[in-house]
Amino acid sequence: MPCTFETVDLPTFVGEVAGVDAVQLPAPLAAFDCRNNRLALLGLLQDGFSEAVAAASKTYGAQRVGVFIGTSTSGILETELAYRRRDPVNGALPADFVYATTHNTFSVADFTRHYLGLSGPAFVVSSACSSSAKVFASAQRMMATGLIDAAVVGGVDSLCLTTLYGFNSLGLMSTQACRPFDFDRDGISIGEAAAFALLEPVPEQLDLDAVLLLGVGESSDAHHMSSPHPEGLGARMAMQQALTMAELGAADIDYINLHGTATPSNDAAEAKAVSALFGSTTPCSSTKGATGHTLGAAGALEAVICALALQHGLLPGGLNTQQLDPALALNYLLNNREQAVNRVLSNSFGFGGTNCSLIFGRAG
Amino acid sequence: MTLPSALQAPPLTVYVEGIGLLGPGLSNWAQGRGALEGTEAYQAARCIVPLPMALPAAERRRAGTVVKVALAVGQEAVTASGLQASALPSVFTSSSGDGLNCHEICSALASSDRLISPTRFHNSVHNAASGYWSISSGAMVSSSVLCAFDGSFAAGLLEAMAQVMLEQTAVLLVAYDTDYPEPLRSVRPLPDTFGVGLVLAPRRSERSLAQWRLAPAVCLTAAPAQRLEDDALERLRSSIPAARCLPLLRSVAAQTQGEVVLDYLQGLQLAVQVAPCR
Repeated sequence: MPCTFETVDLPTFVGEVAGVDAVQLPAPLAAFDCRNNRLALLGLLQDGFSEAVAAASKTYGAQRVGVFIGTSTSGILETELAYRRRDPVNGALPADFVYATTHNTFSVADFTRHYLGLSGPAFVVSSACSSSAKVFASAQRMMATGLIDAAVVGGVDSLCLTTLYGFNSLGLMSTQACRPFDFDRDGISIGEAAAFALLEPVPEQLDLDAVLLLGVGESSDAHHMSSPHPEGLGARMAMQQALTMAELGAADIDYINLHGTATPSNDAAEAKAVSALFGSTTPCSSTKGATGHTLGAAGALEAVICALALQHGLLPGGLNTQQLDPALALNYLLNNREQAVNRVLSNSFGFGGTNCSLIFGRAG
Repeated sequence: MTLPSALQAPPLTVYVEGIGLLGPGLSNWAQGRGALEGTEAYQAARCIVPLPMALPAAERRRAGTVVKVALAVGQEAVTASGLQASALPSVFTSSSGDGLNCHEICSALASSDRLISPTRFHNSVHNAASGYWSISSGAMVSSSVLCAFDGSFAAGLLEAMAQVMLEQTAVLLVAYDTDYPEPLRSVRPLPDTFGVGLVLAPRRSERSLAQWRLAPAVCLTAAPAQRLEDDALERLRSSIPAARCLPLLRSVAAQTQGEVVLDYLQGLQLAVQVAPCR
């Protein structure tokens, strides 16, 4: 939708979640009140997630369940708003402004841990737009070492002025809803999202519909702070590592959820990386045409989309894209496709040249 | 993925191959170890952060204090380890990121024109130091970037030790914080800049300074964190989150054996079994 967020005056589209302002945090957690943690709570209340975590906490013990959340800007909107209310004489921030539980990068993991009544290890991963893909990697490591038995992972990022005006300064925002892999693509649309997953050890008896985390791959471009490696070298390394860990070949992947931000250079670099590993036949799409780019929440959000693809046998077509860029030689889906899906790969890349790829599979 | 139950899980064991240190009155590990061991008096003084000469000139101009301190201690630790920076996966952890940059952005957004420079924006990401590190070192391997408020050091240590054990590779851990300018300083009163770099390896070498172990079943503990006897060092430890590592560094300096408990989250500390290697 055209951006009407807060007082923002930019010719762009945003994916704004309805009803965030109306969310009320439980009174004992009032100090955490900010848009980002309200969005987190809205996410935690969906689909029986909090109840599933409560059951896991009972099974493993509250101290044996970790909390690892990805975010890029956390609750910085609170600070942006507080800076408008500085004391005109001494410049002080308003007395009702709370830093630690709103603005600080950790606040969303701290809030999630408190809300769910968990007492195990916790941290935020904040590596721009790969943040909430990389939480799956960290959680998997914590479980594999025996430090914890289960983990709540997720990504939460909410609209704020820093990202809207920041991406605008880089000339990376589209004036319409973003069009990944389109010949005329001209930038991102910023969205907001909260997405969570509960990771547990594989039990002896598995539902056929259960979703397995099969592989993770992480790399760095070592190239530039805000532009991808032109050949997508780091991206390719991350995908290869995920395949290696999953003990799979490229032909075993049924669908790729692309990072696909819709900037000219990102999509071009990703297409080179994907085609170098997979050729041009693996069905793929970016779901950012539907969701916008939810930045630090994108990895977890797209992991959930991958889980839905596996459970429903549905490959999501990319929205908004009208005319595929012929220079990007991928099998990019413009329409939904129903077919059996056994293994999928999801890409998340970010500023600073950070890359993460995840592979998920169906149990049966 | 088959998982070990905590009681069967082997301890996470790492060897400390190199240390980098920078903070108020601490100019490097060689000087800092004397103060921590107690053989030299610790004198608090404003932290002096060197220019990151390993960065290309354009990036060097754009780098803020948070990047400079992280690169300085990372470089010192890697040099001491004798390992190749480009081959080392890294874990960066910080409670706050670049305070001055954040202040400038929030000031601009509260003004009428709301203009932010592209450099300010890309420096605002929490993984700025990690990005500049990978550019300067050519490291295309994994880099994790964490925050756990005042417990950020312990969070980074957990992540780094898990990576060392599972990947059987040496890992660079960098923890750093810089102070916010006013008015943010009033709500987040960090007094100065502090950084620590640690190269942790899965096997002992002739350079190993100490062995650190985490017992998965009991390392996350309610036991209180260790304090430092020296008042000025204790003030430093308790006032800058990255300096919560100091009891661990003191055990290396003094070559002690036993348990060091570090601050992590409220009611949950991290107990590290330490032993000297020399």
